[in-house]
Amino acid sequence: MIDRIIEFFSMGGHGLYVWLSYGAAVILISFLVVSLRRKKRRLLRDLADQQLRNRG
Amino acid sequence: MEALIRFWHRLSSPRWFYEISSSWPLRFGVVSALLLGTGCVWGLVFAPADYQQGDSFRIIYIHVPAAIVAQSAYLVAASSGFVLLVWRLKLADMLLVSILPFGAAATALNLFTGAAWGKPTWGSWWFWDARTTSMLVLFFLYIGLMALREAIPRAEKAGKACAILVLVGVVNIPIIKYSVDWWLTLHQPATFTLTDKPSMPVEMWIPLAINVVGAYLLLIALVVGRLRVEILYRQSASSWVQDLVKRYRE
Repeated sequence: MIDRIIEFFSMGGHGLYVWLSYGAAVILISFLVVSLRRKKRRLLRDLADQQLRNRG
Repeated sequence: MEALIRFWHRLSSPRWFYEISSSWPLRFGVVSALLLGTGCVWGLVFAPADYQQGDSFRIIYIHVPAAIVAQSAYLVAASSGFVLLVWRLKLADMLLVSILPFGAAATALNLFTGAAWGKPTWGSWWFWDARTTSMLVLFFLYIGLMALREAIPRAEKAGKACAILVLVGVVNIPIIKYSVDWWLTLHQPATFTLTDKPSMPVEMWIPLAINVVGAYLLLIALVVGRLRVEILYRQSASSWVQDLVKRYRE
């Protein structure tokens, strides 16, 4: 069982390249999603602050 | 005719788009995650190894969807640029701005996975091959467009400049597509074409097709999400956004 898992992750000796590619995709997509949500939250907070200030 | 005019009028209203698109990012995102999860597991575990390249060919399930999305995003950006120049739709300008970072990200992922695939296959991380070079040019176009956008403070002028540059850069898209046919390249020819059967067995190309669809849906989810932020930002002085902010505060 463990041998088969090791064999799967080694990808016939090309494990480094395969996992580098899939890892990069996962990290990149997570970064895009997180930064988009952060951008939206920050804009709404800024606009809310402005509104409060304008009310004085 | 009147319906067409009404439709056009609506299209030009960012508020209308903001209202109808509220559930899109989540919906497209969830379906995309399911598809990409399925495609990647299928490609990594169940697809057979390639008889020449062994397991390194599994990089294709990231590499090709990223390439397709990178080029499609560019065509969407160029169409927006065209619409902006001809009809001056504000929404087209916002779409152009919103799609650039994701096109750049897809191009970067394509180049990175290409390097990781090239090392075990060609023996080097990088070759100045027609395909890799034209893809690098696409990446610089995206970066240049984003920089141009930042460099010009007035939104209207910046939009026009970007629209012109993005249209000039369209010439690079057919170069990318036909580079493997026009020049003698190391890069293998396309796996999918519209006219021929895929040059792969079924159990290899089905996960690829799933990932391509998943990547398109992910692009839609991200771009619509970004476009919604852009609409709020640009229309922040208008009363409907002010009302929305008031509701957000409560």
